[in-house]
Amino acid sequence: MTLMTKFLGAAAAVALTAGAAMAEPALIFDLGGKFDKSFNEAAFGGATRWAEETGGEFREIELQSEAQREQALRRFADAGANPIVMTGFAFGNVLSEVAPDYPDTKFAIIDMVVDAPNVRSVVFNEHEGSYLVGMMAAMASESGTVGFIGGMDIPLIRKFACGYAQGVKAVNADAKVVANMTGTTPAAWNDPVKGSELTKAQISQGADVVYAAAGGTGVGVLQTAADEGILSVGVDSNQNYLHPGQVLTSMLKRVDNAVYDAMTAGTELETGINVMGIANGGVDYALDDNNAELVSEEMKTAVDDAKAKIASGELMVHDYMADNTCPALDF
Amino acid sequence: MDFLTLVQVLDSTIRLATPLLLACLAGLFSERAGIFDIGLEGKMLAAAFFSAAVAFMTGSVWVGLLAGIGASMVLSALHGVASITFRGNQLISGVAINFLAAGMTVLIAQHWFSQGGRTPSLSGAARFEGIVWPGALTRIRDIKEAGPLMQVYSELISGHSILVYMALFAVPATWWILYRTRFGLRLRAVGENPAAVDTAGVSVVGLRFAAVGICGLLCGIAGAYLATALQAGFVKDMSAGRGYIALAALIFAKWRPWYALMSTLLFGFLQALALRPDLIETAVGVKVQVQLLDALPYILTVIILAGFVGKAIPPRAGGEPYVKER
Repeated sequence: MTLMTKFLGAAAAVALTAGAAMAEPALIFDLGGKFDKSFNEAAFGGATRWAEETGGEFREIELQSEAQREQALRRFADAGANPIVMTGFAFGNVLSEVAPDYPDTKFAIIDMVVDAPNVRSVVFNEHEGSYLVGMMAAMASESGTVGFIGGMDIPLIRKFACGYAQGVKAVNADAKVVANMTGTTPAAWNDPVKGSELTKAQISQGADVVYAAAGGTGVGVLQTAADEGILSVGVDSNQNYLHPGQVLTSMLKRVDNAVYDAMTAGTELETGINVMGIANGGVDYALDDNNAELVSEEMKTAVDDAKAKIASGELMVHDYMADNTCPALDF
Repeated sequence: MDFLTLVQVLDSTIRLATPLLLACLAGLFSERAGIFDIGLEGKMLAAAFFSAAVAFMTGSVWVGLLAGIGASMVLSALHGVASITFRGNQLISGVAINFLAAGMTVLIAQHWFSQGGRTPSLSGAARFEGIVWPGALTRIRDIKEAGPLMQVYSELISGHSILVYMALFAVPATWWILYRTRFGLRLRAVGENPAAVDTAGVSVVGLRFAAVGICGLLCGIAGAYLATALQAGFVKDMSAGRGYIALAALIFAKWRPWYALMSTLLFGFLQALALRPDLIETAVGVKVQVQLLDALPYILTVIILAGFVGKAIPPRAGGEPYVKER
């Protein structure tokens, strides 16, 4: 036993000295996986950009199970990584326990607010970005009915839906928004077959543009929309390329910028709450060669106008998570 | 609710029921021979991945289908070796297959395609397209204006992929094999009383392996249907518990082929209905929680198991490895 303790002590000492020397940043991916074509992949993109520009190196780990969360955090903190960036709201509870144990390490968490002196909480105004794509969907729709398909039914996804519905109603007050959630368990993020059937069900209700905020399920939504000849809207990363000419636009959530900023700041990372909205380029709509023909001049002018108004604070988009209600949509 | 909406819900029912039906019949063959199989889910998942991956690489969906069936049968053989040859616990072997498939598919997909455990999107000949029957309308606008008979014909009967028709055909075929052939009689007997079959000079091990093989074949088609007909590619864990619902449907059907068709159609209908909460609201007048509809298949199965609607008696020798002599 004493031998064991000595070994552990020695290991810790080595780790501490090594940590002080390196202080390289670390990135922890959530369960969706590093290459999810969406959220985590955007984070990886930001870290890679930082590494290429500065020549620095970062450590990373992809979580395989819930149980690894705390372990991964403590391992990186013990090894002296600084700052430690993690993606996903699910880290919230764990981080609020771990952060006070490592007062000299800086942490950055994306999509969640953790109140600790050494934590930077990055949250996105998804409702603002969704508002913009909602406007575009309403303008592109000929039937006056548009759809929304969410993944797991959690407040964050309702926030997407609510912003979207407000954007739709801003363009066409009589428009109908059909909103469905795929499920109530994490399996809802990876059920493209159900996403596909939901899309077909929405089409039979008249929808001719659908917005998918549903992770892997969204792949099925976009695919069915393309097969059935209606338009779809992607989410998080730019998904326009998945079906060129059939994806109206994508709601961009610049997770890559958040990670890049955190890594660039390094140990000097500013803590506190960092809101990434339209005003500071945190959310946006995607425009590239794949959807250039779908987005009319009129659409672009209207959306850019709304963008400027939201940025200046003239136009307020209601945030579902602020009071758990939505003025434009009934759940 | 107008007539066309009803037809559309039924259309969706057929699409959702097909993988359940195939998996349910697969389980029926296996369990009728006395081999419990909770690895249906894993086999479907493995078949979904390999059918999509091979269809993408070769550009032919038929080669993909064969690869999917092959992968599913390999897992079936594994289950057979563990539970028939080595007389292991059938439930544990099934669980192991589910875990193996869930991990293996993502690992290989990542290694081959580097797209986060997905296969690239399939298009053209790498996918099963719907078969449009002669004279059927395809555009939703034309269907809306057509008469009710034409609507049923165009929307409900025509336009499914060939695998759907194969699945429906598999029901009478299963009935015929089980109840009208010598092989079927022996297969049922081996699940009830293997010692009697053995006394008659028929190989118990051979029959059980044959049953497990047919189970692999049907699960393979079910998986390929998910990845290459309903979807255009594989996404991790895309079977999303359908193998377990198929098991519930099997109990609901009391291990009989025609009842299996009914129960999977019922479960498919409940799933399709859960996609249209607005319809239920207008029909019943009350807002019904979607979660309740999602849970209904399981609730119904529990009711059946509790013995409220007749008795569901599993094959007597189910779950027990056959030991010739002690």
